[in-house]
Amino acid sequence: MNALLKYRIAKSKTLHVLTSVLAFACVLPLMAILSFIIKAGITKINWHFLVNIPKPVGEAGGGIANALLGTLIIIAVAAAIAIPVGILCGVYLSENKNSRLANWSRLCVDILQGVPSIVIGIVAYFWLVKPLGGFSAFSGSVALAMMMLPIVIRSTEETLKLLPDSLKEAAFALGTPFHRVILKVIIPCGISGILSGVMLSVARVAGETAPLLFTAFGNPYLSANITKPMQSLPLLIFNYATSPYNDWHDLAWGASFILLVFVLLLNISTKLMTKKWKVQL
Amino acid sequence: MESTVIKTVDYNAYFGDNRVVKDVNISIPKNHVIAVMGPSGCGKTTFLRGINRMHELIPHAKADGKIFLHNEDVMQMHPIFVRLKIGMVFQRPNPFPNLSIYDNVIAGYKLNGIKLQRADKDKIVEEALTKVALWNEVKDSLRKKGTFLSGGQQQRLCIARAVAMLPEVLLFDEPTSALDPISTSTVEELFHELKKNYTLIIVTHNMQQAARVSDRTAFFYMGELVEYDDIKKMFTNPKDNRTQNYITGRFS
Repeated sequence: MNALLKYRIAKSKTLHVLTSVLAFACVLPLMAILSFIIKAGITKINWHFLVNIPKPVGEAGGGIANALLGTLIIIAVAAAIAIPVGILCGVYLSENKNSRLANWSRLCVDILQGVPSIVIGIVAYFWLVKPLGGFSAFSGSVALAMMMLPIVIRSTEETLKLLPDSLKEAAFALGTPFHRVILKVIIPCGISGILSGVMLSVARVAGETAPLLFTAFGNPYLSANITKPMQSLPLLIFNYATSPYNDWHDLAWGASFILLVFVLLLNISTKLMTKKWKVQL
Repeated sequence: MESTVIKTVDYNAYFGDNRVVKDVNISIPKNHVIAVMGPSGCGKTTFLRGINRMHELIPHAKADGKIFLHNEDVMQMHPIFVRLKIGMVFQRPNPFPNLSIYDNVIAGYKLNGIKLQRADKDKIVEEALTKVALWNEVKDSLRKKGTFLSGGQQQRLCIARAVAMLPEVLLFDEPTSALDPISTSTVEELFHELKKNYTLIIVTHNMQQAARVSDRTAFFYMGELVEYDDIKKMFTNPKDNRTQNYITGRFS
């Protein structure tokens, strides 16, 4: 009897230790990536690096201003497309839980989430780049927006589903029309969840390279024209890291560091923001 | 002769094919408190929600018959317009969690996009909160969130929100079932005050409450309006067997 008891206690202790060890193990990859990139990248960062465009091979110095600006523009345009569409679609899904359209669109959203990013890039190439007659930052934004949509839609839907029906009833009982119930009550009450979905989707696509390869294409010069090719951080990293030049490798490390910091900051500010704006029900 | 505010003619309400309110004919006089009581599932809440067309918000719900607000058929009016005239307070307090106490009171104006001068807003808020006996408790914390109040205060805030729209009729769906006894008696006292300006219809599953607050009581059973009379008459001399059985506690 006693032996059995000891055996059972030992078993539960083992599982306890195992879960703790594995939980810690999950932290290791991130720590490894962080320390590696910081070590290699931080020494390359200075003011000059941020405000200059790359120099031709053989010349020392040069920066990543074109890629930095390009990434910001491409993501901003992508967000401008994906956020309104995604939020409204999420509202539809949470308002019409079991309609046929809702079930189909939920299925499609789930599948879209699983579509490889390179495939999305190819689709954007055939939809936009070919008809418009050339690579453009805008087509890259559309590709990224397609990747952001599922995250925004599902987080909006899940957030709004958690709001109690009594809230909507309260608004309806005051004679409020449907559109104002959604815009003035439902979305403001779920704003922290919706925003966190938006931020995570931005963080998710900030480092996407594949969809930009055949769309935004890259550009060695500073450009803010979204109808023309544009450089972006992931493209710069991809092109320069695979080049044979040491100067370019340095730029790629520095750019990796910047990109990583950008994504980390996004994630941290999402956490802070959701906490601050959470509506106490 | 007292004037009638609400009058229903053969009103039926359904969930899918299930008829839960059956041919109800009732006249509700102005400035009275009408209690609607009956066992669980007798259709009393559905009937109440039918009056301001909230019933039809539920999927597969429908209704027929006529409901007259004065001489206009509510069933033919736009629901939004109906709900401006007939306010509603729910079982659980449901202030808007994203709004302050002040904004909760004028939520009906805000949500309907009615622009008001600052002075008018202040006046509406003070009047509505005074009517529900909440002004003195919250006048120094109007900018705090509505959910910061206690349950009973929240419910009075919800009543103030409905009152601020100056409706003709106020519907209450078991307004005290989520409240403690002290808050309950505060709310019940309010009914006596409110009926000076409004007509009140209160669903309750509590016979004592019906007796305390109502001028007239409607007894619902299995979707039918069984009896509609002064509650004292109902207690002493019920006309229908089912009323007698309910009052004597043979079913609940």
